[in-house]
Amino acid sequence: MASENMITINGNEFSFEPGETILEAARRNNIDIPTLCHLKGATPTGACRVCVVEVEGARTLMASCAAPAANNMVVRTESAKVIEARRMVLQLLLSSGNHNCAVCGTGGSNWTEFQLHVQQMDNSSELCPVWGDCRLQDLAFRYQVTGEKFDATQTPYLMETANPFIVRDFSRCIQCGRCVQACNEIQVNQAIHFGYRGAATKIIAAGDKPYINSDCVFCGECLQACPVGALVEKDGRYHVRPWETQKIRTTCSYCGVGCQLYLHVKDNTVVKITGVEDVAPNYGSLCVKGRFGYDFIHSSERLSSPLIKENGQFREASWDQALDLVANRLSEIKAEHGPDSIGVFSSARITNEENYIAQKFTRAVLKTNNIDHCARL
Amino acid sequence: MTNSIADIETADVFLITGSNTTENHPVLSSIVKRAVTRNGAKLIVVDPRRIKIARYADKWLRPNLGTDVAWINGLMHVIVAEKLYAKEYVESRTVGFDELKKTVEKFTPDYVQQITGIPAHEIIEAARLYAGADHGSILYCMGITQHTTGTDNVKSLANLAMLCGNLGIEGGGVNPLRGQNNVQGACDMGGLPDVYSGYQKVIDPAARERMEAAWKVSDLPDKPGMKVTQMIPAAHDGNLKALYIIGENPLVSDPDLNHCEKSLENLGFLVVQDIFLTETAKLADVVLPSACYAEKDGTFTNTERRVQRIRQAVEPPGQAWEDWKIIGEIATRMGYPMSYEDSRQISEEISQVTPSYAGISYERIDYEGIHWPCPNAEHPGTPILHREQFASGKGVFHGIDFIAPAEAADDQYPMYLTTGRLLYQYHTGTMTMKSDGLMEIAPECFVEISLQDARKYNVEDGSLVTIASRRGSIEARIKISRKAVSGTIFIPFHYAQAAANRLTNSALDPISGIPEYKVCAVKLSKAA
Repeated sequence: MASENMITINGNEFSFEPGETILEAARRNNIDIPTLCHLKGATPTGACRVCVVEVEGARTLMASCAAPAANNMVVRTESAKVIEARRMVLQLLLSSGNHNCAVCGTGGSNWTEFQLHVQQMDNSSELCPVWGDCRLQDLAFRYQVTGEKFDATQTPYLMETANPFIVRDFSRCIQCGRCVQACNEIQVNQAIHFGYRGAATKIIAAGDKPYINSDCVFCGECLQACPVGALVEKDGRYHVRPWETQKIRTTCSYCGVGCQLYLHVKDNTVVKITGVEDVAPNYGSLCVKGRFGYDFIHSSERLSSPLIKENGQFREASWDQALDLVANRLSEIKAEHGPDSIGVFSSARITNEENYIAQKFTRAVLKTNNIDHCARL
Repeated sequence: MTNSIADIETADVFLITGSNTTENHPVLSSIVKRAVTRNGAKLIVVDPRRIKIARYADKWLRPNLGTDVAWINGLMHVIVAEKLYAKEYVESRTVGFDELKKTVEKFTPDYVQQITGIPAHEIIEAARLYAGADHGSILYCMGITQHTTGTDNVKSLANLAMLCGNLGIEGGGVNPLRGQNNVQGACDMGGLPDVYSGYQKVIDPAARERMEAAWKVSDLPDKPGMKVTQMIPAAHDGNLKALYIIGENPLVSDPDLNHCEKSLENLGFLVVQDIFLTETAKLADVVLPSACYAEKDGTFTNTERRVQRIRQAVEPPGQAWEDWKIIGEIATRMGYPMSYEDSRQISEEISQVTPSYAGISYERIDYEGIHWPCPNAEHPGTPILHREQFASGKGVFHGIDFIAPAEAADDQYPMYLTTGRLLYQYHTGTMTMKSDGLMEIAPECFVEISLQDARKYNVEDGSLVTIASRRGSIEARIKISRKAVSGTIFIPFHYAQAAANRLTNSALDPISGIPEYKVCAVKLSKAA
């Protein structure tokens, strides 16, 4: 019996919303179709062909991220034909640059030579900087393939380290285009594009200049979108491995947008920040301050002890000394000059709880309404 | 904001004014840019500088500094004259339309051109564009509020939105973009001289009684206190003897810094509680070290009134404490025991005494924040305000006349100065200037100037110049920029070494007490 808006995936019937792609319909029903170039919120390109599926009656495999679901469509997401196609795509990608994760070398004869070559180019004795945090590596493992089936090709483009935030390693770029979409369609900074043609294709900024000399504003949307090791935080490169860090969800402390972010913590230190995807208000996006402006947390100039000024000089004091001094002086001034001779500046930088406590203290203890903060300034 | 951040993507016309959105609210600016480039929304930018968002605009209007009431009245003049306003909305939901009509009558496009410098035809076209919107969203920031007529400017924008039926609808609204992570929350929590948390007025005996019962005290003061911008002069005059400053650096952020510095030095006792030894902390008698946002639990309320969690990720340095704990300890030592287990316990007290936060708890906002007002634990929150009716019943039009800025350029100080922030720095730089990458890109102050003015003063990119106003002077390097318009320079206010606020005017808006940071008269000369 034919019914409206029904699609069969791997033998089971599901309903779909008109306009949904095969990928969206499948994901909504918890069917995992692997993707690589697909970027949520951007126009599907079907470029990488990792998400191909077999559709009955179709001449070729279809990219599920771009193909709309249609009534009575019969789809297979992991058929032999699909798996073979995905393996081929992955093998080609793995052979196209310095993808020196362990899966590359399983059983290979030239592993050492390749590895030495990559390490020399990286100027590091470690494996790929995003080992364990790489979509291509995940897929290579899932489909049990290496890059050795094809002759390795090398990029002619040198690594770019000319800015303080992001390392651009073209030897690991698979030209999936996620960064280009992130920059143009999500943040709309329009700083990077595909440049050149064919085998010479490169992601370029401002007519092939370093990020620092382009329209790039270092929001890092490209970095967060990069599924491989082509765009990596300069500070954390090789030093921050995902299995060494803990992610703590919090709210950005710069402007009033209130972006949701993860602080990546290693040894009681914030070593990286990423945006929380799939949640308001920022859905993963951040700006340069939110993503990279965190050095201050662990600055050696942070105040770490109460200070009391004596004869024009600060000396370190215990909490008891400092708090007693403040309480006594405020009490004296209140007694002598009245409550309204004291004022409190609360802060737009501290929490709601702390602002509440500040007004409670001012009103209930000091007995004045002289409290304000920097809203106007 | 009257509307939510996600909601602005549904607007079909944006009016952005006094907001350098791409630098100060970059993530929010992306939503606007997406709506324009992908959904075909129209964008009107009204700003004295050719800021980056103007690149995406269908119309960029360039007003003279401090002439906002005039151009807004000009738009309304056209909208009324051409009968483009939302008649049904105006009749059913507002009062005072006749007064407004009378006030805007004289603001013909030609008259507005004389005041603002915006060509008359641009006023007409912008008015038609905004009035033609189904969902017209107004976004503004400190470029609107930091004027002696800041309150008038905001009311004028509200007039415009109501006139076109854009308040209380999806994709509409009058949306101030808050510049600090928790400036909304600081206001909501009663960090203001006239209200307790939830904007309960201190002059209201019933509110006072409720708070006295909750806090177990008597005699809560019934007179509104002084604003920041009144406390500094009171310190100068000797009426304010002690000041307890938490997480704020007035010695870079306040107007007319030379005066501010003298005022703070005149205090009998100054306590500063901060994460760094700021310019202000250096003047203190006692400095108390506090934990930063990554070192504590709690909530911030963002510009769309969404209450969101922050969570402790690392330990604070040395002996630094959470701010609430420090304040509580001082209170206890002054004879009022104030001890809490943790921030959650404080948040429970907040929801008990604050009607708009009554339904908000850490459990409910664990994954996604909630917009206040949220009056009870079942309430989903309020992403859009004034939906069915205005909080006070009907929306009131205010007929507002144009008043010129407090200081005008003259023979002695022939140029205008306006100030603001940069993408790579934040406020007084306490945090961003301790972040290496940001400092590498934006290391020092500069004077943004047009090519024409640079030629006139015979200065080049990088030339060191002295900028002086009636209140002080600073030295900084010239940066010739397309953003600048002749006759007006821009200086970012972040840098203490060349603090723009040595120059700015401390003249205040009579109602909000906001200083006129955005307009003052200066002169430029080559540094000696």
